[in-house]
Amino acid sequence: MREIPFDTIVKAVKDIIVYSGTDLPQDTYDALKKAMEDEQSPVAKNVIKQLLENADIAKDEKRPLCQDTGLAVFFVKVGDEVKVTGGLLKDAINKGTEEGYRDAYLRASTCEPFSRANLKDTVGYNLPAIIHFDIVAGDKIEIEYAAKGGGSENVSRAKVFPPAAGKEGIVAYVKEVISDAGGNPCPPITVGVGIGGTFEKATISSKHALFRDIGSVNPDPEMAALEQEILTEVNKLGIGAMGMGGTQTALAVHIESNPCHIASLPVSVNVQCHSSRHTHITI
Amino acid sequence: MSSTYHLTTPLSSEDTKQLVAGDTVYLTGVLFTARDAAHKRLVELIEKGEALPFDLEGSVIYFVGPTPPKPGDPIGSAGPTTSYRMDSFSPTMLKHGSRGMIGKGKRNQAVKDACVAYDGIYFGATGGAGALLGKLIKSAEVIAYPELGPEAVRRLEVVDFPVAVINDTHGNDLYQQGREQYEVKA
Ligand code: SF4
Repeated sequence: MREIPFDTIVKAVKDIIVYSGTDLPQDTYDALKKAMEDEQSPVAKNVIKQLLENADIAKDEKRPLCQDTGLAVFFVKVGDEVKVTGGLLKDAINKGTEEGYRDAYLRASTCEPFSRANLKDTVGYNLPAIIHFDIVAGDKIEIEYAAKGGGSENVSRAKVFPPAAGKEGIVAYVKEVISDAGGNPCPPITVGVGIGGTFEKATISSKHALFRDIGSVNPDPEMAALEQEILTEVNKLGIGAMGMGGTQTALAVHIESNPCHIASLPVSVNVQCHSSRHTHITI
Repeated sequence: MSSTYHLTTPLSSEDTKQLVAGDTVYLTGVLFTARDAAHKRLVELIEKGEALPFDLEGSVIYFVGPTPPKPGDPIGSAGPTTSYRMDSFSPTMLKHGSRGMIGKGKRNQAVKDACVAYDGIYFGATGGAGALLGKLIKSAEVIAYPELGPEAVRRLEVVDFPVAVINDTHGNDLYQQGREQYEVKA
């Protein structure tokens, strides 16, 4: 059994949070650059130019990319031959999150649902993190992280369709969700689509789909084709960067598909803004 | 065809009436920050006929909730927040002399009508460009409601702060018209 000290996890998590707050991942940067070149609307082109400038300034001066530094979301794969010593893995991830957000001057955005009281002095600075665990073979811990802002999360939706809805129904639904969202999720966006499973499996899959690098190809050719089809349809909406009108509404569509019940076809659409702060590490 | 302007605050009616949805404007001068909680208090003062913490005439209000500043910086990252939460307050602010708002996202018809009636402009700043926009803010001073934390009213000095005209004094709406222009119908 491999042993990993609690503090090693804390440090690793803190590092990726600090880094992600100011450094836009290369895949997103490259995709925005291409979107700027392809954009037909001069107003939207100028907006995307500002986004690239923003990314350069944030990186060089270590300023947060966006004032909404998000809730911290993790997908963690724990090997069955590894053990964290000196504390719980979950506590280590939360501690790293708190230290990273606080020390890098990122905003604490967690609150009580109704009183709206900020939790920074009670539960912890930007705590609790949202953590999805999975157990896999091996002696490593793989941590995928993304900062999830409110603007794009607020427009996300899920629905359980009858099986007859098929691919056509899914394409129309995604288009409807993105159309209703307009400029609110800060386009150009990435669209995560979770298909199949149960109601909650679809939503978690749509979230996880957003962690994939933009430009990577879906290994399932059928899903890769569906991603392209939805992307083309979404970009016909004309929403454009920040909703100001344009041809570049979405940078990518990512699908995760699961087997589902013979009676249902769950679909979830989770949206990520242009500030797609995501990364992963293996310990 | 959209134009580019460089304007200095406070804005006059002449400044705002020439603008058309889709124009790019670089603002220099003073902006005041306020979000929902601060708007509620400001509008209550107006309704009671009491003095406001700043002169509304020609003022431009920025809807923002910045990150905490790093030591030595006036402000942290400071991009726009979603504006519809201010929809119920903005018409009163415009009626009493404020002439500009900066935020992101759609406004309701009452706000658009108030822009026409009182020579107001709703500007869109680039959401998520908090580092860039924060850098263009040269000074920030809390002038009211410090207990509201990031939502306190601040007086900001900005230089060439980039915004786009979304709703103008003629009733145009860039979110609607821009989208229609680039929409590909089936
Ligand atoms: S949606 Fe994203 S880019 Fe827009 S304000 Fe929220 S976190 Fe920032």
